[in-house]
Amino acid sequence: MNALIKPAFDVARIRQDFPILGEKIRGKDLVFLDSAASAQKPRVVIDAMVHAMERQYANVHRGLHWMSERTTEAYEEVRDALAGLLNAPDRSHIVITHSSTEAMNLVAHSYGRGILKPGQAVVISAMEHHANLVPWQMLRDAHGIELRIAPITDAGELDMAGYEALLQDRKVGLVSITHMSNVLGTYTPAERIVQLAHRYGAKAMLDGSQAVVHRAVDVQALDVDFYAITGHKLYGPTGIGALYAKRELLDAMPPWMGGGDMIRSVSFEVTTWNDAPYKFEAGTPAILEGIGLKAAIDYVQGIGFEAIAAHERQLTEHALSCLAEIDGVTVIGHAQDRGGVVSFTMDGAHAHDVATLLDRQGVAVRAGHHCAEPLMRRLGVDSTSRASFGIYSTMEEVDALAAALVRIREFFR
Amino acid sequence: MFEDLRNLYQDTIMQRGKSPKHGSRLAVFDAQAKGDNPMCGDRVHVFLRHEGGRVAELGFEARGCAISIASADLMAEAVAGQSDARALEIADAVFAMVRTGDITDPSLDLLRPLAAVSEAKSRIKCATLPWGALQSALAGSGAEKGSVEA
Ligand SMILES: Cc1ncc(COP(=O)(O)O)c(C=O)c1O
Repeated sequence: MNALIKPAFDVARIRQDFPILGEKIRGKDLVFLDSAASAQKPRVVIDAMVHAMERQYANVHRGLHWMSERTTEAYEEVRDALAGLLNAPDRSHIVITHSSTEAMNLVAHSYGRGILKPGQAVVISAMEHHANLVPWQMLRDAHGIELRIAPITDAGELDMAGYEALLQDRKVGLVSITHMSNVLGTYTPAERIVQLAHRYGAKAMLDGSQAVVHRAVDVQALDVDFYAITGHKLYGPTGIGALYAKRELLDAMPPWMGGGDMIRSVSFEVTTWNDAPYKFEAGTPAILEGIGLKAAIDYVQGIGFEAIAAHERQLTEHALSCLAEIDGVTVIGHAQDRGGVVSFTMDGAHAHDVATLLDRQGVAVRAGHHCAEPLMRRLGVDSTSRASFGIYSTMEEVDALAAALVRIREFFR
Repeated sequence: MFEDLRNLYQDTIMQRGKSPKHGSRLAVFDAQAKGDNPMCGDRVHVFLRHEGGRVAELGFEARGCAISIASADLMAEAVAGQSDARALEIADAVFAMVRTGDITDPSLDLLRPLAAVSEAKSRIKCATLPWGALQSALAGSGAEKGSVEA
C-alpha cells in the first residue's frame, strides 16, 4: 500500500469502525482500556467472517468442489497477509496456529524435543507471560533441558549483561524472549537479543503477541529464527495465531501433532509428512478465524504502523503523566522504550478493588498477575491494575481513567 | 458522592477490608485450612478453635482484596458460637446469596453486605474464598491440632 495516500490518523473515524465502542456500560460510555488482553473487532473483520459463513464456506485443502476451492483460497490468503505483516520472505515460512501460546508450544515441542539435546539450555526472561515459560518448564522436565532466566532491571528492562552472561558457556540452544511485555509495556531490544543469541550459537524466538499490535515488525531485519503472534490482540478473532520460522528450521523440525492435513500419505505401517508449513498444521484449521484475521491485518496495515505507534505513544505519555500526578498511585515499569501498556498499584487498595471500582465508573482495565506470576514476585507486588491502549483509544479515555482513579483514591481514604 | 461505588463497597466492606477484627492466626486452634484463588493470587488461611462442640473462635490470615478480607471477617462473627453443622449451613447460604443476591435467613443479616457481589460476577470468587476454606477446615476438623507451618 502506498504510504502517501494513507489518510491522516483520525481516531474518531477509527472508532466508527468498531461497533462495540458504541455500547454503554451501566449507562456510561464504555471506556475500554483492556486491549492488551484482547482487542475489539472492526466491522471489516466481523463482515468478512459473516460473509464467509453466509456465502462461501466449506472445509479447506480437501474438497474438490467450488465451495472448498474458494474457501481454501480465501483462507490461504491469511498466510500471505501474515508474511506481509512480518516481512517474511513468503507464505511457506508461516505456520498457522490457534494462538501464540500454541506457536510457542509448537517450538518447545518440535524444536525442543526434536533438535535440542538433553543438557542444552533454553533462556527466557524474568518478564515472560506464562505462555513463554510453562512450555519450557515442561520441556525441561521431559527432556533434560536446563531453563535459564535472564534478569530484568528495576526499571523493567532486560538486563543485557545478565542475559549475555547466560549465553557464554555456549550451552544455550534457544533463547525465547518477549518482544514487548504485557505487564510493563517494555519493548525489549529484539535485534540485540537475536544477535547475541546467534553469536553464542543459539537460535532465537521472540514472543510477539503484544509487539506486533503496536509497531512494524520485520523478521528478516531482526534475523530472528522464530516469531510468535496471536490474532485476537491484533483486532482479529480468537482461535488463530501464527508462528514465523526460518525455512531451514521448519524443514529440519519434526511434526508435533498428528492428524489430517499434516500428512502426505498414510498407511498403517508408515506415514510421511506434508511439507512445511503444513506438516505443523494437523486437523481442520480455524478457517473462519483465518479469514477474519486476514481482514484485520489489512485493516491495521491500511492505517499504518507509523500512525498507530505515534497515536499510542501520545496516549501512553499522557497516561504516565496523569498517573504520576495522582497521590498514592505508582506506575510499575519505567522502560525507556515502551508501548501502550501501563501497570500501576494504588496504596491501600488491592488491584481487584481498583479494577472493580473503575468498572463501576465505566472504565475497563485488567487486574491481577497478568499471567506473569514470577514477574510479579520480581517486582515485589501481588498484583497490578493495567490499562492498555489500542488504535481506538482516546486522550479523553485516559482522562476518564485518571479522574476515576482520583475518585477511588478519595473513596479509600 | 460515591453512590455508584457504594452499592458493592458498602461501609462494612470498606472498613473490614481495611481493618479486619479477626485478621490474625489463633494462638491455639484445632482446625485450619488454606484457600487460594489461582486466577488472581488471593490467599486465605483460616483457623478455628472449638469448645463444647461449637466453634468458639475463628481467625484468619489473608492476602487479598477488600471483598475477600471483609468476607472472612464477617464469617468469623457469623460462625462463632455455632455448631459445625450450622456453620456449614451458613456457608451454603453464603454460596447461594452471592449468586442470587439475597439471603433468606434473617439471622444472617450480618452477611448481607456481601450480597451485592452477585452483580459483579468476577468478584464472586473473592467473597467465597474464605468460605471455601472454612468448609475445608470443618471437613478436616480436629485432624490437625496444635500449630502448623503457614
Ligand atoms: C506477551 C504475551 N505472550 C503470550 C500471550 C498468549 O496469547 P494467547 O493466549 O492468545 O495465546 C499473551 C496474551 O495474553 C501475551 O500478552
